[in-house]
Amino acid sequence: MADFTFIAIIIAKVAVIFIAVISGCAYATWLERKLLGRLQNRMGPTYVGPFGLLQPLADGLKLLFKEDVVLSGSERVIFAISPIIAFIPGFMAFAVIPIGPPIELFGYTVPLSISDLNIGILFILATTSLGVYGIALGGWASGSKYSLLGGIRSSAQMISYEVAYGLSLVPILMISSTLSLQEIVAQQAGGFMGFGNWFVFKNPIAFIIFWICAVAETNRSPFDMPEAESELVGGYHTEYSSMRFSMFFVGEYANMLTASAVVSTMFLGGWHGPVASGPWWLVIKVVCFMAFYIWIRGTLPRVRYDQLMNFGWKVLFPIALLNVLVTGLIMHLV
Amino acid sequence: MLKKFWDIIKTTVIAFPVGFYSTFKHLFRKPVTKKYPRAKSEMMPRYRGLHYLERYDDGTERCVCCGLCAAACPADAIYMEPSENEKGERFAKVYEINMIRCIFCGFCEEACPEEAIFLGHEFELADDDRDKFIYSKDDMLVEHPRKDKPYKKIYRRTRRYY
Repeated sequence: MADFTFIAIIIAKVAVIFIAVISGCAYATWLERKLLGRLQNRMGPTYVGPFGLLQPLADGLKLLFKEDVVLSGSERVIFAISPIIAFIPGFMAFAVIPIGPPIELFGYTVPLSISDLNIGILFILATTSLGVYGIALGGWASGSKYSLLGGIRSSAQMISYEVAYGLSLVPILMISSTLSLQEIVAQQAGGFMGFGNWFVFKNPIAFIIFWICAVAETNRSPFDMPEAESELVGGYHTEYSSMRFSMFFVGEYANMLTASAVVSTMFLGGWHGPVASGPWWLVIKVVCFMAFYIWIRGTLPRVRYDQLMNFGWKVLFPIALLNVLVTGLIMHLV
Repeated sequence: MLKKFWDIIKTTVIAFPVGFYSTFKHLFRKPVTKKYPRAKSEMMPRYRGLHYLERYDDGTERCVCCGLCAAACPADAIYMEPSENEKGERFAKVYEINMIRCIFCGFCEEACPEEAIFLGHEFELADDDRDKFIYSKDDMLVEHPRKDKPYKKIYRRTRRYY
């Protein structure tokens, strides 16, 4: 009976986090349309519900009832599974993100993350990179030139930011000397006004590099070359419709949420806040980062993909390496 | 070397915050768009929309069916048939404007010697049948004279500029 409760608690945690992320994705689309509209002096959705709050529901229903088009020139099996490949990794990374302090439940001490892996950061780096396979394979399997170009751009983009993405975290690992996200969050507690120990103050360069790479990783503007509406119709998801398209779509937003949560956890103290630490602080930080994503989209024009590769290899990569070196030197001297 | 370094500083450290601030400003401005079907914007006084046929204060029609509007019409959209009433005054028995042909140039109101036809502010003319676009007298003749409408006064004042 005791084991049953334990398993039930774990399943409940998985369900709660999955539902929270799915509805977070839905309302991220609402926030994006509303905020981007206001940035462009428009109103955004206003019709469905107060302030258009039921718009995500209407969009989801619409996508559900659309015709599912499969082109005759496509590779059917890969065409069918690539949205799933793009969809799942965004949710997987949430398994290791600590969302709050441990709580007492039915006589158990339940840590508020699905799993407290001792290599949490490696797990996140591995899973978030997997989403690119869905995009590249989906672009190739569509049998359309625009989709193929989107897929190629996605893979070209990935090799240019992924190195700096991983390297920018190395100084943080050196400072905290652990790979467990629970530990990293615990080390960021307290300090001046409750946020003095955040790693963003100890290594701001790593934070900036990581954030730029996170934007590139989630295929968001200004690095949204795989989609590039104005050049490639819709990029990798040109030929997708109905639920398959919505899986790509939700996958992208789940990736954004994951990236926001990871940045908050690694650099901004996770669920720790100046007052009343708890899961709500993580939610606030994630919402702020989502808004920042949208603000970036409303401000910066899309870069060419040779510019991104130039930027990734010749600017971000050396700076990340230098950052590792300088951090090491300072840690050795101090 | 130093100049190149300065250029990099200029395009990153200075240009980025300026750009982000200029979009941030717009977040707090009033949206310029309207919730169109629910909230319509006010038309400019001289806007040329759907025509209307004016009446005198005593309720008789101004139009005497002289045909000058049809002659002035560059799109040949106006068709009319004259008739006489019991007092022997001319009036238009049939007065039709084909709204598919009409280009809303306003030459008809300019040509009219009786100040009988005006272009109003109605602009939602979409319909599902081509026959419905032939607007007859019933559609355009006003119930009561609209002389108190401000745009008509402005029209009279600005008439010489046409």
